[in-house]
Amino acid sequence: MKIAVCIKQVPDASTVRFDKEKGTLVREGVESVINPFDYNAIEAGLSLRDQLGGEVTVVTMGPPQAQDAVKEAVSLGVDKGVVVSDRAFAGADTLATTYTLARAIEKLGEFDLVICGKQAIDGDTAQVGPGLAVRLGIPCVTCVDELQVMDDGRKLRLKRLCEQGYDIVEVELPALITVLASLNTPRVPSLKGKMRAKKMDVPMMSAEDIGAEVSKVGLAGSPTQVASTTIPTFEARREMLQGEPAEQVDALVEKLREAGIL
Amino acid sequence: MSKVNYFLTEEQQMIVDLTRQITEEKIIPVRAELDRKEEFPWDIMKDMAQADLFGLYIPEEYGGLGGGTMENCLAVEQLAMGCIAVTTTYAASALGGYPILLFGTEEQKKHYLPDIAAGKKLVAFGLTEANAGSDAAGIQCTAVEDGDAWVLNGTKQWITSGGEAEVYTIIAMTDRHKGARGATAFIVEKGDEGFSFGKKEKKMGLRASSTRELVFNNCRIPKDRMLGRRGQGFIIAMRTLDLARPGIGAIGVGLAQAALDESVKYARQRVQFGQPIISFQAIQHMLADMATSIEASRALVYAVARTIDAGEKNFSKLSAMAKLFPTDVAMKVTTDAVQILGGYGYMQDYPVEKMMRDAKILQIYEGTNQIQRNVIGQALNKEYAKQG
Repeated sequence: MKIAVCIKQVPDASTVRFDKEKGTLVREGVESVINPFDYNAIEAGLSLRDQLGGEVTVVTMGPPQAQDAVKEAVSLGVDKGVVVSDRAFAGADTLATTYTLARAIEKLGEFDLVICGKQAIDGDTAQVGPGLAVRLGIPCVTCVDELQVMDDGRKLRLKRLCEQGYDIVEVELPALITVLASLNTPRVPSLKGKMRAKKMDVPMMSAEDIGAEVSKVGLAGSPTQVASTTIPTFEARREMLQGEPAEQVDALVEKLREAGIL
Repeated sequence: MSKVNYFLTEEQQMIVDLTRQITEEKIIPVRAELDRKEEFPWDIMKDMAQADLFGLYIPEEYGGLGGGTMENCLAVEQLAMGCIAVTTTYAASALGGYPILLFGTEEQKKHYLPDIAAGKKLVAFGLTEANAGSDAAGIQCTAVEDGDAWVLNGTKQWITSGGEAEVYTIIAMTDRHKGARGATAFIVEKGDEGFSFGKKEKKMGLRASSTRELVFNNCRIPKDRMLGRRGQGFIIAMRTLDLARPGIGAIGVGLAQAALDESVKYARQRVQFGQPIISFQAIQHMLADMATSIEASRALVYAVARTIDAGEKNFSKLSAMAKLFPTDVAMKVTTDAVQILGGYGYMQDYPVEKMMRDAKILQIYEGTNQIQRNVIGQALNKEYAKQG
């Protein structure tokens, strides 16, 4: 089975800080990591390959340092990887991102299955997987929680979680799926994988390489404009109520009513 | 944090990072439960296999990574920071595998080592018996030639990974009248006719590791399962233990380091008499001694491991030192860790009571620390005699 896994490098949530005035993330000095759901996507690809044979390729759009994400994927056992990178891609929303990824994947060849994490923890849109499926003209099954191979890998039987329960879906390949953290437990890297990753040169693909129209990529191809971002503030106040317990309860209920909580 | 620079290579640092990751992600979250249930850590063994760790000491031509004693020590030190029962299970496979690597024929190596390196088969080493512990020459288990086979009879005791491992390297007497020179090594496989497993031991610590009796009742194995030469069994056992001992020292270093980490963390947040207890000199001095003895242990283990890897042939004394000192330190440090955590330290909700229970085995297995002192003492006697 030929599998493409789309991954994204995101700021490490445990070290991230905010610029309160600008309402943005402070990127300087913050480590980049592979988006958590994407580890599950990689694991899904690797276990399918281990079961059926074939090849797993990771694709990521990002700045040149996204090569580190590809290397980490290779240390986990992925066969190949590529960074789709060009200054023209900067400022892309999900529409432009799906266009860019679709062009890159088409350029890389035919795939039986494309796997994405459910969403990235920075933008949290969960749109790139479905959008990419539309661009590639293949069926899409999101939020996959269980996966079973059918007909020697020509079909997948999938359990997808919904807000109230779940669906069992069968899909013929080629298809795209987005996966949940509950699908699997990502493996640890291997020593041989780490050594291979250290030695490898991660190939880069530019806008020209993938034959992208400049008007459809990056900021130019992005109808979504972020008007403003704010950081929620959390204020804690403390007030000691006086009097007998019954009086305190009355006072508390009154306060909660005033605050609109009751 | 100021750290001693041990000048690790890039590959060695990779081994440290990877085993650290396994410890944090796979071992620490489950160690208390594995200990409570006395459950064999199969899931973690699979993770380690996936990570290529079982091939660390095996040459590349047999599917391994071609590492040496230093690489092995670095790996087990990190793993021991999580749980030494898990680490021992991992390390026992190398203890069982070394005899094949060091003394096996080309056919035996080609047949066994690739599966061992891939972690598909665990190996166990069977030397100890009820009446043959420190005095390994007292082995009762026998092997007798019978046509095209060897026939084994007897019982091995306290064998790590007994029942779980697929391959067993066994020392048995072939010529009893020759004493220690009458022992021979054999490879026995799970499923061999007449080979079964006795009771599983209940232990003070190291509870996730399986410790079991091996029973040979007219166990017939093909002739080509003899390892090394007839009568070489005792030498094979001693050579294997010499090589493995710095690894036990490294397990002591990792365990003691984990206990120190817990102690400092606790002492910084535990408030008594209005201040964190780390501000009291009584606690500071305990922590200072712990940290200093751990670093000294680590330096000794690494130095001996590198000496062995550099090709030194005569290293029994050095490897005994590299086992003796760090494991005595591990016992002392884990005991002090429980003391620093006080009542909490004695409770199973905190990890240090398990560390202290586990630490004791390090002074006992793979040669008691008294035997290590014998080895060192006898070597000194010999070395100084040569000087005249």
